Amino acid sequence: MEVRKEKSMTLQKDMFANHFKRLSRAGEEGRKVVYTFVPGNLNELIRSFDMLPVHPEINALQSAMRKKSANYIREAEKHGHSEDVCTYVKCDVGMMKTGNIGPTGEKLPDPDLLLLSYTGCFTFMKWFEILRQEYNNPPTVMLQVPYQSDGKITPEMTNYVADQLRDVVVPAMEKVSGTEFDAEKLRTFLASSARAEDDLVAILASAKNKPSPIDAYFGGVYYIGPIFTAFRGFDSCEEYYRVLRAEIEERVNNGQGPITPEGQMSEEKYRLVVEGPPNWTSFREFWKMFYDESAVIVASSYTKVGGIYDNGFRHDPARPFESLADYCLGCYTNLNLPSRIDLLEKYIKDYDADGFLINSIKSCNSFSAGQLLILRELEDRTGKAGGFIESDLVDPRYFSPANIKNRLESYFQMIDAKRRTVRNA
Amino acid sequence: MSVKQIIKKCEQLYNDIDLFYVQEWKEKHKSRAIGFMPVYVPRELIHAAGMLPVGIMGAGDLLEIIKGDAYFQSYICHIPRSTIELGISNRLDCLDGMLFPAICDVIRNLSGMFKLMFKDMYVKYIDFPQNFLKTLGGNFYQHELRTMSDDFSQINNVDVNRDDLNRSIKLYNENRAVIKELYDLRSQNPHLVPGSELYLLMRASNVLEITEYTALLREYISETVCEKRPQRDNIRVVVTGVFCEQPPLALIRALENSGCFIVDDDWMLGARFILGDVALSNDPINALADAYLNHTVCTASKYDQDGNKGAFLIEQVKKAKAEGVIFAAPSFCDPALLERPMQQKALNRENIPYTSFKYSENTGQFQVIKEQTGTFADSIKLWGDS
Repeated sequence: MEVRKEKSMTLQKDMFANHFKRLSRAGEEGRKVVYTFVPGNLNELIRSFDMLPVHPEINALQSAMRKKSANYIREAEKHGHSEDVCTYVKCDVGMMKTGNIGPTGEKLPDPDLLLLSYTGCFTFMKWFEILRQEYNNPPTVMLQVPYQSDGKITPEMTNYVADQLRDVVVPAMEKVSGTEFDAEKLRTFLASSARAEDDLVAILASAKNKPSPIDAYFGGVYYIGPIFTAFRGFDSCEEYYRVLRAEIEERVNNGQGPITPEGQMSEEKYRLVVEGPPNWTSFREFWKMFYDESAVIVASSYTKVGGIYDNGFRHDPARPFESLADYCLGCYTNLNLPSRIDLLEKYIKDYDADGFLINSIKSCNSFSAGQLLILRELEDRTGKAGGFIESDLVDPRYFSPANIKNRLESYFQMIDAKRRTVRNA
Repeated sequence: MSVKQIIKKCEQLYNDIDLFYVQEWKEKHKSRAIGFMPVYVPRELIHAAGMLPVGIMGAGDLLEIIKGDAYFQSYICHIPRSTIELGISNRLDCLDGMLFPAICDVIRNLSGMFKLMFKDMYVKYIDFPQNFLKTLGGNFYQHELRTMSDDFSQINNVDVNRDDLNRSIKLYNENRAVIKELYDLRSQNPHLVPGSELYLLMRASNVLEITEYTALLREYISETVCEKRPQRDNIRVVVTGVFCEQPPLALIRALENSGCFIVDDDWMLGARFILGDVALSNDPINALADAYLNHTVCTASKYDQDGNKGAFLIEQVKKAKAEGVIFAAPSFCDPALLERPMQQKALNRENIPYTSFKYSENTGQFQVIKEQTGTFADSIKLWGDS
């Protein structure tokens, strides 16, 4: 297979490299730095104050892909962090304890503000409490995002989040940045976000084609990179998604499958929906287990952790705080279990999947608790084959390739058996 | 009743995983019962609607998990699997609802599982405020409280008014005052209130109707001060981290037998969550919200807005004149285990010794833990300040 480097790949690589460069120069250039999380991130707001975001989960997963996370985790465990808890946290703490060198080899600046966007993950709160203690109490602001426990966003929820933005978050940002809030600037960013979101939706929906031109999980994690992190609201982000969309549309027109690290997939044998984050320590090896079997992920829940847009939501400059609130409230892990199941069921049907697979992550209770019930419910509702594998985010001790490969092979056999049954019926 | 009889009664309630007491109470009062998970729920709202609040702390070591394990991966704590087991073995059928307080992602997701698995049951996830400003978190929480109160009225076909709420608030205020009296007594004379007895008394709060429970505690206090119990050369410790999945009773006994007087703890924390009285006022919902925002304990599930991690624990240690801290956390408990290094750092600054271990609600072997805490006690006796 021929390996192709698309223009969008280069664009994204440059965007991230420049961002980390800017971060490394933040101190000398007097730019303020905000640590915050991907789900419920307020990129447009942060950037409207001309501050730079740092996403600790992104640093952790990048460290894992560069095989550095094991040492960082050990370092955190040496400082009393339990082997039972989230490895993103431990990777981040270990990285900080060993000099806070970011994924590009440049030192990350200390936070000027910890923006605790408490969206869909309890551990986020503890994580920033830990960082707050480690960094000797930098300014910290909590944005509580209520859980969608009844499967809907109520006006009270939206108002609560929007009011916190106005009354707590914005004043904290004004104080840290020394800049007055500029509503017009925020609106401009939000309008740009919405345009990029349109393209992202089209990109992910392209997997409805047969063959799918994308892998919506292994490829998908790259596609969500800019919009889920430091770039949403910027021209560069819009450009990235425009280019990516065009590339994918071209693949659709040519009847081509996804691009993998070993080139373009030539056959699409299994179409799957995946629930749960990927393993990052052996990301390529993990992906290879799928494309070697001609399995394509056509939809995934992980590509919705930083926002669900295919239900129609867009950031809205006409109601800036309310739409930021609804964005936070709508992130995937902020949905209750019945809503998550409904969404996955819809994906299985809409994307005409042959089955669904859960990659259960040891570290992540937000995703993992209840996944075995999700599996049963989806099997009952769709009649499709469900598979279950276990790994971890960034702790290589919990990635057992032989085990996962065995399970996947059995799983693909199960799909084959189901197909035969349907054909013979 | 004598101390022995009181504790026997509490132990019967502790062992009553079929909730016979609840069934009898419902039958007798022709009313309903609402279950709740740890840590805290505003039981006053349930009581004001004429219903019985019932704490469900999993099944401890009293129930063999047959089906519950099939719902959770090995790296999830134990309490949700025993709670599901209680549900699918029909032991929770007498409950008309279940409340799931925001404490961690596991309990949060368990609320969704209950919605799917027990469709006839009222299931409510309570999102507590993590913003403590009256105009923000306070307003949001008041809305949560009013919604719940309306729901309870509907479930039990009653109209709950201000007086009903104030009456319930008063009863729970009295109860917390008696619990405080009990804890103070234990702190001053730990040999008179063994940890295992106090624990069983606290567990009784899960089911006993509040007036009966308060009376029982009063009776215990008046009886136990007359008991002749041997003074022991134990060290004084605070046990922390046990606010959700409860330690097995035998583990508490093992800690005591290893040479520790437990002089403060955070087990059954919901009954002590509010510090002091909730105001009796024209707006009882506002009073409950205000108490939550301004007068509650610090625990891992609550955001530490002041950035003063460990201060509350240090205060507990000083107030109880404890010589050390035992960090006991359920395996895979995110809140307790993520909290632990921060608290340990704070204790280090104050030169307060500590030891740590993990347990599960159905742990059956305590020898290793006993040796560890025994060694901890010996080291304090030998090299401590006192």
